[in-house]
Amino acid sequence: MTLTHYLVLACVLFAIGATTVLLRRNAIIVFMGVELMLNATNLVLVTFARMHGDLSGQVMAFFVMVVAAAEVVVGLAIIVQIFHTRRSASVDDVNLLKS
Amino acid sequence: MTSTIATVTAAPLPGAVLPGAVPADGTFTQAWLLIALPLLGAAVLLLAGRRADRWGHWVGVAASAGSFVVGLLLLIGLLGRDAEDRVLDLHLFRWIPTGPLDVDAGLRIDPLSLSFVLLVTFVGTLIHVYSVAYMEHDVDRRRFFAYLNLFVAAMLVLVLADSYLLLFVGWEGVGLASYLLIGFWNQHTPNAVAAKKAFVANRIGDLGLLIALMLMVATFGAVDFDTVLAAAPGAGEGVLTAMGLMLLLAACGKSAQFPLQSWLGDAMAGPTPVSALIHAATMVTAGVYLIVRSGPIFEGAPTAQLVVVIVGAITLLFGAIVGCAKDDIKKALAASTMSQIGYMVLAAGLGPIGYAFAIFHLVTHGFFKAGMFLGAGSVMHGMDDSVDMRRFGGLSRYMKITWLTFAAGWLAIIGFPGLSGYWSKDLIIEAAFTGEGWRPWVFGSAALLGAGLTAFYMSRLFFMTFHGRRRWDDGHGAEQDVAAAPVRHPHEAPLLMVVPMVVLAVGSVALGGLLALGDGFVTWLEPVTGHVEHHEPVLPVWLIIALTMLLVLVGAFLAWRQYAVSTVAVPAPAGSALTRAARRDLHQDAVNDTLLVQPGQYLTRSLVYGDRTVVDGAFTGLGKVLVGAGDAARRVQTGFVRSYASTMTIGLVVLGVVVLATRI
Amino acid sequence: MSGPLLAGVGALTGALPTSVPASLTELGETSTGETVLFWVVAPLMVLAALGLLFARRAIHAAMCVVFVMISLAVLYIAQDAPFLGIVQIVVYTGAVMMLFLFVLMLVGVDASDSLTETIRGQRWIGLIFGVGLGALLVGVVTRATYAVPVGLLEANAVSNPVGIARLVFSDFLFAFEVVGVLLVTAALGALVLTHRQRLSRRVGQRERADARVAAGGSLTPLPAPGVYARTNAMDVPALDPQGRPIETSISRVLRVRGQERGVADVAVQLGPGEHGGGQVDRPTPEAGDPGETAGPTTPITTGRGPEVVP
Repeated sequence: MTLTHYLVLACVLFAIGATTVLLRRNAIIVFMGVELMLNATNLVLVTFARMHGDLSGQVMAFFVMVVAAAEVVVGLAIIVQIFHTRRSASVDDVNLLKS
Repeated sequence: MTSTIATVTAAPLPGAVLPGAVPADGTFTQAWLLIALPLLGAAVLLLAGRRADRWGHWVGVAASAGSFVVGLLLLIGLLGRDAEDRVLDLHLFRWIPTGPLDVDAGLRIDPLSLSFVLLVTFVGTLIHVYSVAYMEHDVDRRRFFAYLNLFVAAMLVLVLADSYLLLFVGWEGVGLASYLLIGFWNQHTPNAVAAKKAFVANRIGDLGLLIALMLMVATFGAVDFDTVLAAAPGAGEGVLTAMGLMLLLAACGKSAQFPLQSWLGDAMAGPTPVSALIHAATMVTAGVYLIVRSGPIFEGAPTAQLVVVIVGAITLLFGAIVGCAKDDIKKALAASTMSQIGYMVLAAGLGPIGYAFAIFHLVTHGFFKAGMFLGAGSVMHGMDDSVDMRRFGGLSRYMKITWLTFAAGWLAIIGFPGLSGYWSKDLIIEAAFTGEGWRPWVFGSAALLGAGLTAFYMSRLFFMTFHGRRRWDDGHGAEQDVAAAPVRHPHEAPLLMVVPMVVLAVGSVALGGLLALGDGFVTWLEPVTGHVEHHEPVLPVWLIIALTMLLVLVGAFLAWRQYAVSTVAVPAPAGSALTRAARRDLHQDAVNDTLLVQPGQYLTRSLVYGDRTVVDGAFTGLGKVLVGAGDAARRVQTGFVRSYASTMTIGLVVLGVVVLATRI
Repeated sequence: MSGPLLAGVGALTGALPTSVPASLTELGETSTGETVLFWVVAPLMVLAALGLLFARRAIHAAMCVVFVMISLAVLYIAQDAPFLGIVQIVVYTGAVMMLFLFVLMLVGVDASDSLTETIRGQRWIGLIFGVGLGALLVGVVTRATYAVPVGLLEANAVSNPVGIARLVFSDFLFAFEVVGVLLVTAALGALVLTHRQRLSRRVGQRERADARVAAGGSLTPLPAPGVYARTNAMDVPALDPQGRPIETSISRVLRVRGQERGVADVAVQLGPGEHGGGQVDRPTPEAGDPGETAGPTTPITTGRGPEVVP
């Protein structure tokens, strides 16, 4: 087994996360899909760090985690707020962009 | 008609039919005042607004009178010159300098234009004075005088212009003034409609003048009288015929000649002084002026000349027949005007032999017809603005002066020996009998018949109005047993109205004889019309005169018997088919409606339809396509976040595939 | 939030024996143990991730994600990143996923949980391009040529957290500071977003009382139903001093249903034996007719008892 397997795993996870974003309507699950994609990239970063023998990749993954945490805080706050005003957590109900 | 041309003696200047104009000098340089004064009057009256309400009408009178004084001075100046020098040209300014076609604005002062100037300003001034009293109770009297002044100015431009283009300006100006004055009381829809009708009918004529102008520019490269008239004999007959017919069309429109005569009757919707000045004495004669002025063009086109004569003869009889049936005093007079102008056009179409007679009749007609119109206005004034002659009768006892002045006009128009009409109309009848072949017989008979008809319908009008029994109620019942006779209190008009009537009556009586004295007027016009040797008519002159007199007497007698002696039915009797047709202007309106108005409306409708479907359809279609495209594009914007995410994913995948596909 | 945490994690990982680094062979192959670990964990992770797609309920999806994240932590540790593995567990499963669960509790079960698709074609687009994306990425990753893996033995010579700390506090110091600011901002943002401002004045007891008086109508409680002398049933109206029934005394529900009874119904039900007056044969007029009760001399007949002449 080579390190490529890790990369393949990360790609599969990433694709699953993206598909989740496309298919699920519940905003929270969509958000989880986003988190899954971020984690897949983290796995790639960690794997490449190991491949190149350079810890910068792990540092990068660390930053990604922190940023993801911040993003989750704000994103969930938005979801809660939308739920308060529209009584729905469906991303399809938030279609004000339609003229 | 070629024989007529051949007999024209060459005018004094060798090589040209007519003398060319010499530059104006001395008094004549002030001729522009003729136009400037009434124009200034109109401007003052229109711009001063309500402030001028109290004195404005006198400004109008003064402007017209001032213009007349200038005209009189010019007449004295012109009489003091030799006959050859009586055609003057006053250059005013360079008007349209385009290089290939230079048009200068200038005034042509010659016996013809000066005759018109004097007629317009003299009769115009009298009618201004008359209007001061006639329009006294009208709140818009100031505006009325402004329009009258505008008309006088435009008419003077028309007759004084030294080019067809400037003439066209005056031509349109009088059309405008006529329109404004016919529709002066435009708060009543029929008046506004009448004004519109007159305007449209005139536009048709104007189109003819415009085409004639274009032909002149194309043929001669000039539009001034000197150049055009001097070059006319050298042009091809086809061009001259076309030009002549177009000029005739213009004349028909302005002078209410067949087939464009239908507007004149309705034009009586205007105030009576307007009918007197514009639609009897001056503007409607502009067509005659145009034909006489364009003499050389017509002389080169015998066909056009023949058409002119035919049109004149038709209108002459047409107007006379219509006049016999009309019960509206003003419309009867309008029909009479039409008929008399038919005489003038007929004379003008006869060529140089008739030009002077046409103008002669024009001048005398201007006097007696204006006088009669003013008399009709006076009658209306006394009869609460009623115009139905069947409700008149026996007015001679109540309005003596009106009766007398009207009688003068009546006798003048039917050609009572010694009065104005006798001198002028008789000459035309004689001229109509001159020539070769069938023409003198046909046109002479028409003119002769017209004289008889004129005598009948004018006598009918006169007797119905002033004689016979009263068909109205003077407060003690009507003489004649008439149901619902209206109560009237006829009275003589105020002094300001009476004086012009008297002056015009004097003119009606004496002017003809005065001008005919020693062929004075004909000789006076010779610098313009050319000298013509006297021609013997196909019938002896004494016979023509005798026949005319006989017909006139018969006509007058018939009218006297029917309308003065016997009882006039108040509700008009059904009458014969001809009477009914004549009452309806011989169905001219119906014919116009069928031949012109309805096809025009269909054309307009189809054009509108085409515009809506094809042109608008193209544009709205384009718009719809764009809207549809936008609508389709809008569907992409669902507002769903997931759709946008799909777009991103699709783009990402496609981009990745493309990049990899190029690399592998 | 992360400061003391990181310190704790650092202490923890520092205490871990450094003698278990995941070594790589010369060709970059992993050790057998790691291979086994991978092949056990990876399929489970993929399955759990698919749970995100197919779980009907959000809570199940959340649990699947928790599983994926813990598995990822395991893989991090297996890949010589013990610090990140611990942080992954603490931050993701401990903090982020807990937040998710809280929000799920707040939102509750929602119609959007259902898997039916509402946008036309979205399902097929999502599936095709999701798979396409995966295939593309996998293709790129597998087709790429890599250098021989170096491994982290050298970099983790002291220990993994120390190596990371060296980098974070030297090369990435500025980014680290910025990320700190970002966290504070995010916290503030969450505060601002979830704060709800009152748009109308608070309505207290006084306001309610004032509104009730201002609205008019009956201030007191409505009269209770039932003619107590005969019946205290809920469906019989109370009588006012004139003997007229008070309609509002019956429950609105009964009135709407048409289940209320008139006073007469109650009167008819009374048998003669139950009554001492003995005048019950006399037909009881319909109570509440204003004409009957208008004059003072008119006997007031009620269902209450013998007729009383005032």
